[in-house]
Amino acid sequence: MNKVSALIISVIVGLLLVYSESEFPKWSDPNQPASLHVSPRYIEKTVEETKVPNAVTSVLADYRGYDTMFETSVIFTAGVAVMMLLRRPKNGKRPQ
Amino acid sequence: MVRDLNDIIVRTGARILIPFMQIYSLYVYAHGHISPGGGFQGGCIMAASFILLAVAYNLHESKRRLKEKRNAIFCSLGVFIFAATGLVPVLFAGNFLDYGKWSKVLFTDPIMARYYGMAFIELGVQITVMAAMVSIFLDLVTAGKHEEVFEEEKINGDNGRQV
Repeated sequence: MNKVSALIISVIVGLLLVYSESEFPKWSDPNQPASLHVSPRYIEKTVEETKVPNAVTSVLADYRGYDTMFETSVIFTAGVAVMMLLRRPKNGKRPQ
Repeated sequence: MVRDLNDIIVRTGARILIPFMQIYSLYVYAHGHISPGGGFQGGCIMAASFILLAVAYNLHESKRRLKEKRNAIFCSLGVFIFAATGLVPVLFAGNFLDYGKWSKVLFTDPIMARYYGMAFIELGVQITVMAAMVSIFLDLVTAGKHEEVFEEEKINGDNGRQV
């Protein structure tokens, strides 16, 4: 009974998702909202504002600097977490 | 993987490869403004060179070149460089991470200051990624014991055991 109701709910939700997908913009549509506002602004102004020919670098490091900063913090946190969980120096000595 | 791999072909190959990997990593970092690349990719290549040293030689050889303590300092130094680069503009009445204000320190126009600011933060990213990758690899592969695994193997005489 439980499995049957779960199946029915999954099918209904799946159909709803497929139905809502028809409202999405088409793949590589140049008039979709995502490529109308921010992207052209970055592509046109990157060289003018930052002198960096590679738009990926200027978006990553300048326009989206906060994002990159916390990505770096995440990697730092991962390294520290692995070290704290696993590292057990012999006789409690400090590692060299 | 931490055991002494005494294979002349692997050792010679690694010895030839490692300097070029490190130079290439610095190239990927420095050329990131123009071509694909940057701190994350360069840092991973730099970490791979130290991991290759640990695989082809042994753990001691890798840790002799990059001491564990120094590695931990590098790991936090990178994030510090990033945050400090972002904080300097605040001193000159700018926003956080607004590299244009670096022009007052570097004596350039604000546009070139943004160019240099990106180079600084990519350097911080490179250092952190390199140190974190090496540290995670060495901790996972020896279950956090490092030299201890090596010494246990030497006492028991089972050098062939893969750890």
